[in-house]
Amino acid sequence: METLEKSIDTKKEEKPVKKMMLILSKATIDNVYACFILANGARMEGIESEIFFTFFGLEAIQKDKLNHLHVATVGNPAMHMPTMLGGLPGMEALATKMMKNEMEKLDIPPVDEFLEILSASGTKLWACKLAMDMFHLNNDKLIDNIDGVITVGDFYARAKGDGTHLLFI
Amino acid sequence: MSERTYAEINIDCNEEGYLTDLDQWNKDVAMDIAVEEGIELQEKHWEVLDYIQDQYRKEVPLTIRKIGKSGIVDIKTFYQLFPGGPLKKASRIAGIPKPVSCI
Repeated sequence: METLEKSIDTKKEEKPVKKMMLILSKATIDNVYACFILANGARMEGIESEIFFTFFGLEAIQKDKLNHLHVATVGNPAMHMPTMLGGLPGMEALATKMMKNEMEKLDIPPVDEFLEILSASGTKLWACKLAMDMFHLNNDKLIDNIDGVITVGDFYARAKGDGTHLLFI
Repeated sequence: MSERTYAEINIDCNEEGYLTDLDQWNKDVAMDIAVEEGIELQEKHWEVLDYIQDQYRKEVPLTIRKIGKSGIVDIKTFYQLFPGGPLKKASRIAGIPKPVSCI
C-alpha cells in the first residue's frame, strides 16, 4: 500500500515537457544556433517544437541574409578580446569563420540546411507579423518552408496544453 | 545492468533498455523491442536499422543530419518510421547504445 501511494505521488510530480515554444529575437549566430539546437533536440526526444522569429531573429529566415549571420565580437565578453580589437574590420568575419569551422567538425549544419532539417523534423517555423511590418518585409524575402506569418496572440494560442514551455532567446 | 527477455531469450540491457552487447541482437529481438516502442517493422525500417548498425560498427557517431544524407531515408520519413524520438528508438531497436548527439 505504501509503495502504491509512493508511486502515485511520483506520477503526480512527473510533468514531462511536451512542447517547446521558442522565440528567437536575435540574429547573432550563437543565438540562432542555440535556438535551432533546442528546437531540433526537442524533436529528437519526441517533444513538439515551434519557433517564432521576431525582430532581428527574422534575419535567420530571410533567404539573402541567413547564410551571412555573424558572431558578435564587440560587446561580447566571452570573446575575451579588447573591445577596440573586436571592432577592427574583418574581425567579426574571422571569428565567425572560426566558429563555423568548429561547428562543421561537430556535424552541425549551416543555417539554410538546419532550417530544412527542422522543417522536415516537424518543427513549425513562424514569422512575427509585427516585425515583418516594421522591417517592411514581405513573404518573398522569406525561405519557402516557413509555416506562416502570425501574431503574438496566434503564437500564444498554439502554446495551450499541459507541458508547454516558452523560451525567449 | 539488467536482463530483459526478447524473442524468448535473456538479453543484457542497461537501465533504459538499450542492449549492451550487439552480438545478442537478432531480427526477432528487434521485432520484440519494436513492439514495446509501438512500431511494426517494415522493409524500410530494416534498411534504416541496417544502416545505423553499420555506422555503429564503423564507430561513426549518429546524427539526424547523417541519417538525412545517408541516401537510405530522408529526415521526414525517418520521423514517420520511428515516431517520437527516431534516433533513440531506432538505436534501441537496432541493439546499439543510446545516441549521445544533440543534433
